[in-house]
Amino acid sequence: MASLTAGPGRDAYSQVLAVPVPRIRIEPPRGWLELRLHEVWQYRELLYFFVWRDIKVRYKQTVIGVLWVVLQPLMTMGVFTIFFGRLAKLPSEGLPYPVFYFAALVPWAYFATALANCTNIVVANQHVITKVYFPRLVLPLAAVCSGLLDFVIGLVVMITLALVFGIHVTATVTLLPFFLILALLTALGVGLWTSALNALYRDVASIIPFIIQFWMLASPVAYPSSLVPARWRWLYGLNPMAGVIDGFRWALTGHGQPPGAQMVASTAMVVVVLVGGLFFFQRIESTVADRV
Amino acid sequence: MSTAVIRAEGLGKQYRRGMAETRGTLRDALTNFARAPLAALRRPKQEVFWALKDVSLEVREGEVLGLIGRNGAGKTTLLKILSRITRPTTGWAEIRGRVRSLLEVGTGFHGELSGRENTYLSGSILGMSKREIDRKFDEIVAFAEIDKFIDTPVKHYSSGMYVRLAFAVAAHLEPEILLVDEVLAVGDIAFQKKCLGKMGDVAREGRTIILVSHNMAAINSLCSRCVILNVGGVEFDGPTDKAAARYYAESLSISSGSDLSARRREGSGKARFTSISIQPLDPVGRPLDVAFPGCNLSIDTEIECKSDFAPANLAIIICDSNGYRVVDTNTAQKGQFVSMRTGQVARANFQLREVLLKPGKYIVGLWLGREAMEIIDYVEHATNFDVMESEETSLHVIVFPGVYLCRFDNSVTIQ
Repeated sequence: MASLTAGPGRDAYSQVLAVPVPRIRIEPPRGWLELRLHEVWQYRELLYFFVWRDIKVRYKQTVIGVLWVVLQPLMTMGVFTIFFGRLAKLPSEGLPYPVFYFAALVPWAYFATALANCTNIVVANQHVITKVYFPRLVLPLAAVCSGLLDFVIGLVVMITLALVFGIHVTATVTLLPFFLILALLTALGVGLWTSALNALYRDVASIIPFIIQFWMLASPVAYPSSLVPARWRWLYGLNPMAGVIDGFRWALTGHGQPPGAQMVASTAMVVVVLVGGLFFFQRIESTVADRV
Repeated sequence: MSTAVIRAEGLGKQYRRGMAETRGTLRDALTNFARAPLAALRRPKQEVFWALKDVSLEVREGEVLGLIGRNGAGKTTLLKILSRITRPTTGWAEIRGRVRSLLEVGTGFHGELSGRENTYLSGSILGMSKREIDRKFDEIVAFAEIDKFIDTPVKHYSSGMYVRLAFAVAAHLEPEILLVDEVLAVGDIAFQKKCLGKMGDVAREGRTIILVSHNMAAINSLCSRCVILNVGGVEFDGPTDKAAARYYAESLSISSGSDLSARRREGSGKARFTSISIQPLDPVGRPLDVAFPGCNLSIDTEIECKSDFAPANLAIIICDSNGYRVVDTNTAQKGQFVSMRTGQVARANFQLREVLLKPGKYIVGLWLGREAMEIIDYVEHATNFDVMESEETSLHVIVFPGVYLCRFDNSVTIQ
């Protein structure tokens, strides 16, 4: 055994590596206010591997793979163009119907998949959770990140589509990342709640498809938010996806609602849901391994 | 003077019965709440049980601690608390150093990914950095002996290849503190020896290890100190040889009646051993009152099948009072396998010939399963029997060590 004298908080290994020895204290969970976000940063490589695993497995399993990512929103766009556009003649803020719908369907598809994955991810990984320690927050984060690749593919198709219809990308596109982050945080915020609830009540996952359908109708995907009277716009904005979808369309095409009161309401809602979700999730986290 | 790297005081873990089951559906919860809000908010009185109660211990740097006890004693719960997988209900623990835990073989493995991809994935989940895995990748593949198949999807691996790769990844963890839960019994004998050897290397490098195992040979060879857990509490904490003797002294005091319904067992339960009886016989087949070295043993056991199972291996295992497995006679050795359908009852008979065991107490276990894939029923202590002194063994007063009483002729000539 090494004969180096050990000082306080250091031992033989750390003397050699000049790295402080981690000191962990294990205790019963205490109340609601335990957030260990710095730990998540320490485990960022694991987050990368979870995302990588999800993407690899998804693409290995489907023959159509990449195509499906694009086919789904394209087909929905087709149906919307015929029924909501040509037949029902809903307004589209000056954009050709396909562009109007697709610009909303790309972020929506990302959000819907991210939320669904997030809800299931804790239960789906129960065999790992019960065998190894890592901050459980890594899982919902991985769930919302693994859809980003599909999102980028959809974005490329979107821009191509816009060019085909003669819509040019304007300077507003530089704000696109902000709206993407907002979409991610919304999915994460809601996902933290549903994920924790799903670990407690297993039927939550089966309610999610219905919630997503309903939510899509409540968001400006198939219609512009200008349909909503101005004085109710802030209430409508409490749906964070309203801000996201509108913002997306506006950033990508320059048409539509520039961010305003609605956007403020949306962002505020996201923050509330996210912070609440973080605490709720961490609270349930300490007992998840006992429940699965 | 090495410092304590793990210190635990009063650790306790309480489970509510049925905690593993979820609280029903959200719909039920909401309906109950709507019907009687106050009643729903009041937490229902649930039966609780303590998986661990008031466990305190200290592990010094570089120590290899064995953790033994019956199934359900709380060993895995203790490891889970020290690994931070679950939180304690009472008490605290302090750990100085990086902890990695090995509670299962193949953590994180995904069938669709190749061996290479799974090595990175599992390595990362177990706690290695990508750089570390890059550095050790070739070693891991060589240890697992699957060089040619490293890029095939793991779902195509045989069960042997799978466990070899899984263990190889885990064996290359280099934490200061390693918590190992019964994962050394994987693969064939040659590989198990390799795993034990690797564990030995890890121990010699000065890392601190807590090892949970039923394999007393492993415990004896690796651990200088042993803790016996019994129904959630520490029953013994001291040198390994004393711990082993104490642990086996207890198990031998189980009544050796032939009815097995109340015995502790593991397995899927598709079939159950219901009874066992042992009859010593002399070389011409006449029954004897007691066994002595060199006699024959006729062992009868009955199995009841609860649900169909595919061809399985049926084994009679005899361990000595130190827990060393000295005899393992099984149908697979003869290329025979047992399949049963629901409701059938099987009677198996093993005739062990010239059982040259030294006088002492022996424990008989019964095992039915499919290697590495499924344990159907395993009764570790089905019954026990004594091998008595015979004429050949009682010519000298001193009891010589060893298990196998080898027959020999000798002559000594003095020049």
